[in-house]
Formats: sequence, structure tokens, C-alpha cells
Amino acid sequence: MTNSATRQPPPHHVGEVIVEARGIEKYFGDHHVLRGVDLDVHRREAVMVIGRSGSGKTTLLRCLNFLEEPTVGYVEIDGLRVDADPLKARSRAHQEQIRQIRLRAAMLFQEFALFPHMTVLGNCIEAPMRVRGIRHDEAVALAEKTLDKVGLLEKRDEYPARLSGGQKQRVAIARALCMEPKLLLFDEPTSALDPELIGEVLNTMEELAHEGTTMIVVTHEMHFAREAADRVVFMDEGLILEQGPPEQVLNDPHDERTRAFLRRFLDL
Amino acid sequence: MTSAALGERGRPPILDAIDVATARQRLWFRAQYVAVWIALIGLLLLGLWVTGNFDTDWIREWGPYIVGGAGITILVCVISMIMATTLAIAGAIARLSRNGLASGVAGLYVSLVRGTPLLVQIYFVFLALPQVGIVLPGLAAGILALGFNYGAYMTEIFRAGIQAVPRAQREAAESLGMPERLVMRRVVLPQAVRIVIPAIGNDFVAMIKDSALVSTIGVTELLWRAEAVGTRHFKTLQAILIAAAIYWGLTIIFSFFQERLERRMARGDR
Repeated sequence: MTNSATRQPPPHHVGEVIVEARGIEKYFGDHHVLRGVDLDVHRREAVMVIGRSGSGKTTLLRCLNFLEEPTVGYVEIDGLRVDADPLKARSRAHQEQIRQIRLRAAMLFQEFALFPHMTVLGNCIEAPMRVRGIRHDEAVALAEKTLDKVGLLEKRDEYPARLSGGQKQRVAIARALCMEPKLLLFDEPTSALDPELIGEVLNTMEELAHEGTTMIVVTHEMHFAREAADRVVFMDEGLILEQGPPEQVLNDPHDERTRAFLRRFLDL
Repeated sequence: MTSAALGERGRPPILDAIDVATARQRLWFRAQYVAVWIALIGLLLLGLWVTGNFDTDWIREWGPYIVGGAGITILVCVISMIMATTLAIAGAIARLSRNGLASGVAGLYVSLVRGTPLLVQIYFVFLALPQVGIVLPGLAAGILALGFNYGAYMTEIFRAGIQAVPRAQREAAESLGMPERLVMRRVVLPQAVRIVIPAIGNDFVAMIKDSALVSTIGVTELLWRAEAVGTRHFKTLQAILIAAAIYWGLTIIFSFFQERLERRMARGDR
């Protein structure tokens, strides 16, 4: 098992390590959800995390930007290391460190979580102006650029309620990009979408991946993982069981549990 | 095929017949509804007139004075409402705070105010506080007591409203690096306000009516004036009915604006 979980050499186009998570453990009450996860992600790498529901993949993602405080371990993103500190989780210094981590790693949610009381443009300029302190006209220019990138510039003055699910998720991506983060974290970004709307979101994400956006994606879209991933990580019972290039993990998995999982999925 | 015979444009004629019947039923319902209002109110006025309690001269002379009290009623309500809303937002944030002191103070405030009668609170401010050297004129005391009282009820409304904002909203804002206060001010509160507007509107209507209680401490608002001139001229029936009608009118007018506001705020929802 340890053998199949060893780190693989990164694909040639990626850069140096930008995310280093070590020994991440997470308990919810007495429930041991993450049992010591190490994960390295390189600049310009697209990592897809797969696994059964309950395997801890979403929790891992949320631990990376401290939406869940890990019980043990540390996360280093782009030179900023934050140690899990569940006892002082609310302290001002720790919260500020977490905020800095979040500025580096933007999170995308299953349920989009656009701000319903702001227009599309308002969603995109809110944090750049109030958090990064960018001037209004610059924030608007930046927002228009990212909205154009996800193909929704013409929706800039609409409220989220008037958008389809797929459009909402693309706006959420644009909103995240406006913070110019070092990497994007996607938590099952298409799970809440009607089947016919999944494609447009995956296309946007695939484009980002090909442009060299660093991303970690928790997903059930095996086809997408095969197409867009530089590396696939298979998680089971709170551990990384196997990882490697998509063709290896998805076509020729070493571990029996990975095989069982994929059989069920590919049978569908 | 046993389906209904098709008429022009392929639409079965039975559907047209159903439309006509439905429209007729709806019209009949509305006619009944309006008729019963007119009839009952007319009956009341007729009864007053027959029993000699409809003194138009007296109404012409004293009506405007009573109506003038509505201005004070509105003044009391508007200022109290501003005070109550401010207290309620602060109270709700304090109640939900992780700080035990803040949460405790807010909890005590809500419990104490909701557990004692409004009239007692009005007396407390106007009659009891002077014993410790705080002497307030009736108007100020009334506004203070009303605002303080409604602030407590509205604290609970705002607390529920804040909790009703989906957790993902907060997480999304935090993921964008927004600090806690900014998340509250820019993301959570604006959505909470939309959620609570119907409840706040109801409270405002209730306050318009409860403001009559400040007549007991000599604030010359609607009820105070009606009672004063009514008892003086032995016209209490008319005077009180006029006051009641004005309260009723005020709540109808306010409800109308509230409905429009709600419709406007619904823009962008869901």
C-alpha cells in the first residue's frame, strides 16, 4: 500500500512545489476522517482527487484552506506555512494566517455560493476592492477580464438568480480568479448541476488547467479527470491510497480498492 | 380516441368554457367580499346616526384635533423603530457572538424585556426612573420604552434571520479572504435583512397599535386626544371610533408600502 501511494515524478510542464500538506489529520468528534495525509502540488499542476463519498476528500480540500481546522498537521502554500492549532483556532494571529492562506488558495463550492444580493459584477469586485484594496475602476476592469474568460461578460449586470447553475459556477470561478490566487480548490463543482449544464463548467475548468492554473479538484467526473488532470489522487478511508498520472491510476490502478471503486464508476 | 372534440386552433371548447366559469366564480367571490365590507361598515355608521351618536358638527370641530394626534403617533413609531432596529442588530450579533459576556448581556435583555409587560416598562421609564434622578418628558420616555421593548423582540427576529443565511455564503466570503466583520456587514447582514423584512413589517404594524399605550403617560398622541376631547364633551363613542379608524387606516397604508418594499427586495432572490 505504501508503495502505490509513493509520490510520482511530476509531469514535465509543472513548476516547483507550491502546496505542501503534511500529516493532515482531522477528527469530527471521535470520528477520524483524515488519518495523516501528505500532499504536494506543483505550480501549474492540475490534481484531481477521487474516492468514495466519506473517504475524506472534501474534508482534505477544506483543511487546505482551513475552512476546517485540521486536528494535526500543517499546510504550506506558496511559502506560507500554517500549522493546525485547534486549541487556538480563534486567536487573532491564527485567523490572520488563515486569511493569508485563503488569499493564496481560492475555494469553489458545490453550491456556487454567489452573493445573491449583488450583481455578477458586484460579486466579482467586492473582495478585490475591500480585501485587496484595488480601486473601483481597476477592479471592474479585472472583473470584466475574468468574466470574459469564462464567457459571461454579457451577464455582468444580472443578479445570480437570473443565471443557470452552470453560469453561476462559471461566475464563481471568475469571482475567485479576481483575487488572483495562486491556486484554485474545487469542491465537487459540478455535483449540484443538471447533467446538461456540467459540460460548460468542465470546459471552463479544462481551459484553466491547460493554461497552467494550479488546481486541486475533488470530483466524481472520471472522464474529466482523465482529460484534464496531471495527476489523479485516490483517497479511501481518510488516506491517499494511490496517486499518479490519470492513465495509470484510472486505467491500471495498483490497489485493489482503487480498482473496485473505478469498476463501480465505469460500469455506470 | 375519447378525447374532447377539438375546436378552432386545436383547443377543445371545454377549456374555453372552464376559463369563463373560473372567471365568473372569481368575480362573484370578489363582489361578495367587497359587498360584505361595505354593508357592515355602512350598518355601523347607520347605527351611530340612528342612535344620535353621529354628530357631524362635533366631528367637524374636533376631528382635526384628533387626527393631528396621528402625527405624534407616527413620530413616536418612526423614532422607536429606528432605535429598535439598531438595538436589534446589535443584540442579534451579540447573542450569536462567541463572547460569553456579549451573548449574556443580549440574552438578559431579551429575556427581561419579553418577560415583562410593555405597560410596566413604560411606567418604569416614566414613573420609576425619576426616583433615581432620571426625569424624562412623556414623549421621550414613551419612545425609549417602545424602542427598547421592540428591540428585544426584533433581536430574536434578526438572530433567526442571520442564522437563516446559508453557511456557504459565509464560507464563500471567508474563502475570498474577507475578515469576519466584513463578512457580516457585506454578505450576511444584507441577506438577513431581506429575510426579516416581512417580520419587521409586522412588528411595525404592531408598534403603531402598541404606541397607544404611551397615552397613559400623557403623550398627546392619537388615543390621548380622542379620550381627552371625547370625555370632555361626552362623545366618547365617536372619539374612540375615530381613533380606531385612524389606527386602522395607518396600518393599511403601511402594509401597502411594506408589500411594495418586499416585492422590490425580492429582486435578485433565488
